[in-house]
Amino acid sequence: MAALITHSPILIIAIPLVAAFLTPLIGMASRKARNTLVIVSLAFVVFLVFALARDISINGIHVYTLGATSPGQTIPTGFMVPVRIILEVDGMSVFFGIIWAIVSLAAAIYSLSHIASETGQTRFYTLLLLMVTGGFGMMFTGDLFNLFVFLEIASISGGALIAYRTKYADTLEGGFKYIVVSAIAGLMVLFATGILYAQYDSLNIATLAQVIQYTTLDKIALALLLIAFAMKTGMVPLHLWFPDAYSVAPASITGMLVITSHACMYAAFRVCFTLYGGVIDAPVVGWIIITFGLLTMFVGVTMAVFQKDVMRFMSYHAISQLGYMWVGVGVGLAVLGNTELLATYGRDAMSGGIFHILNHAMYKPLLFFTGGALFHYTGTRDLTKMGGLAHKMKWTTILYIIGTLSISGIPPLNGFSSKILIYESVYQFHPILTVTGIIVSILTLASFTKAFHSAFMGAELPEYKKVKEVPKSMIIGMVILAAGIVFITLFPSLIVNWAIHPAADALIDQGAYINAVMGAVP
Amino acid sequence: MEHIAHNFPFIASALLMGIAFYIILFKKNLIKLIMGIGMLSSGVNLFIVALGYRTGGNAPIYTDVPEGIMVLSVPQALTLTSIVINVAVLALMLTMVIHTYRHTGTLDSEKSRRLKG
Repeated sequence: MAALITHSPILIIAIPLVAAFLTPLIGMASRKARNTLVIVSLAFVVFLVFALARDISINGIHVYTLGATSPGQTIPTGFMVPVRIILEVDGMSVFFGIIWAIVSLAAAIYSLSHIASETGQTRFYTLLLLMVTGGFGMMFTGDLFNLFVFLEIASISGGALIAYRTKYADTLEGGFKYIVVSAIAGLMVLFATGILYAQYDSLNIATLAQVIQYTTLDKIALALLLIAFAMKTGMVPLHLWFPDAYSVAPASITGMLVITSHACMYAAFRVCFTLYGGVIDAPVVGWIIITFGLLTMFVGVTMAVFQKDVMRFMSYHAISQLGYMWVGVGVGLAVLGNTELLATYGRDAMSGGIFHILNHAMYKPLLFFTGGALFHYTGTRDLTKMGGLAHKMKWTTILYIIGTLSISGIPPLNGFSSKILIYESVYQFHPILTVTGIIVSILTLASFTKAFHSAFMGAELPEYKKVKEVPKSMIIGMVILAAGIVFITLFPSLIVNWAIHPAADALIDQGAYINAVMGAVP
Repeated sequence: MEHIAHNFPFIASALLMGIAFYIILFKKNLIKLIMGIGMLSSGVNLFIVALGYRTGGNAPIYTDVPEGIMVLSVPQALTLTSIVINVAVLALMLTMVIHTYRHTGTLDSEKSRRLKG
């Protein structure tokens, strides 16, 4: 067991990777065995992530050096700097890891019947597992170049999965846009990595953070990294590809794409707080992030109000919700240098933003899954053509209501707990942030009520006489996420103490991240 | 003059990246867009390889090494990885364009467009 936990960072990345390449082999023998392999490997990863999280809460940052005689030996004998590939998992990384593990398991279970009528299912699961590998790699790596490699693994498999249903023309368009944006973002990250490597002769984030100077070249690298990751998360004004890609993918993949965009957000936070944490011009970068975050919130929701396509409508809401997280963590970044303000409201604002990531990661995939459930039998995503579906799809209706109440921040659901944390703390920074947040929240509730009315309410329509409740595995996938929402709703302070505060502190405490690799500064 | 000669690879990579961004932003043909991304990756790869190059340096192969300085091997390893990744990306993009052409019969991004709003 101890050995399992010691090696868990690499196992979490390697198990989905190995399973991905076993899937086609086993898929030739039997369909059932293949599905079992996918689900069992992902369930084992969930277990490992929780075991790793428990270990980190007890023993602090977990460092794993690949190829070293012992995993803790980050700097080889006779060297001054790390030369091996290092995985570094702290409170923030493992927080995202838990989200990614749960959502990918739910998505895989949901897929079992959601894509049951499609061809090429074995390839679908192979790509899904590769995407899981890429996501975990981005979250756990302590090395800029590996960040680029895992970003590309997640992007390539994600792009292929968006265009999975090649019988429709629009899926290919969405997938193509996604892969173009990802390729450009990936190359910008690589270019920035090259700039940093040229100056400091290192690719390790902790080593770079120790020696970084904030020269003009470093500023260019910071801008490139932030633009690349903001583009991948769909921050306004770089959001135009986002609804196109998200609305056409199979619903299970859309749910997972939400978390890959959170993984890019994690990378942006890691760059701001850890890589540049000691030298960054915090108020300027913080205000830039806050301004674009507000714009993201507002533009996302106003575009969502008049959408007729159910998945597109939810994608615009996803953009809008991402704005809350940028604003929350942006406020924390803006006061990073000021210990007093950080203690008064900065840490709470960051906790609010990070808590909102957790909540969003539960309710947004749930809503996308219900959207996929509506599409499953009706065969349309157009809200104006739907109606009266509550008569036939009782589970889907209940789960949609849970998701809607949560995203709109209705007390006492989990969306409310994180939003109130953001509102109260950012109000002390600048009142306009809270005002915008509340207006966006009201518009969110209004548009989700409208969508609920047109899809579920009213008399049964004659063309949907044959519609029935979706298959069991899709309901199980949705119920896993709904259970997460109910758990957070019941114990918000427990979650904040166990998961959110350690994550926020891990971002603030740059020294601990550096020391875990470089050893304590003499 | 020597200054320019010394920085020639960097000027070339900046030019490649600039042209690539122009193509990606302003060209409507999907194949040209893919070529633009190919050029962008070449520009970045050239930049990284040029970082590790030393004038008159030997190839970083450690068996039977001749006298003199050696070029840095890490950027070459990075570039190799990046080239492999870009091959995968370009292949995937071309596949999608082939399918798009089958569905819509055009390579013009304005005409093949279905998703709006």
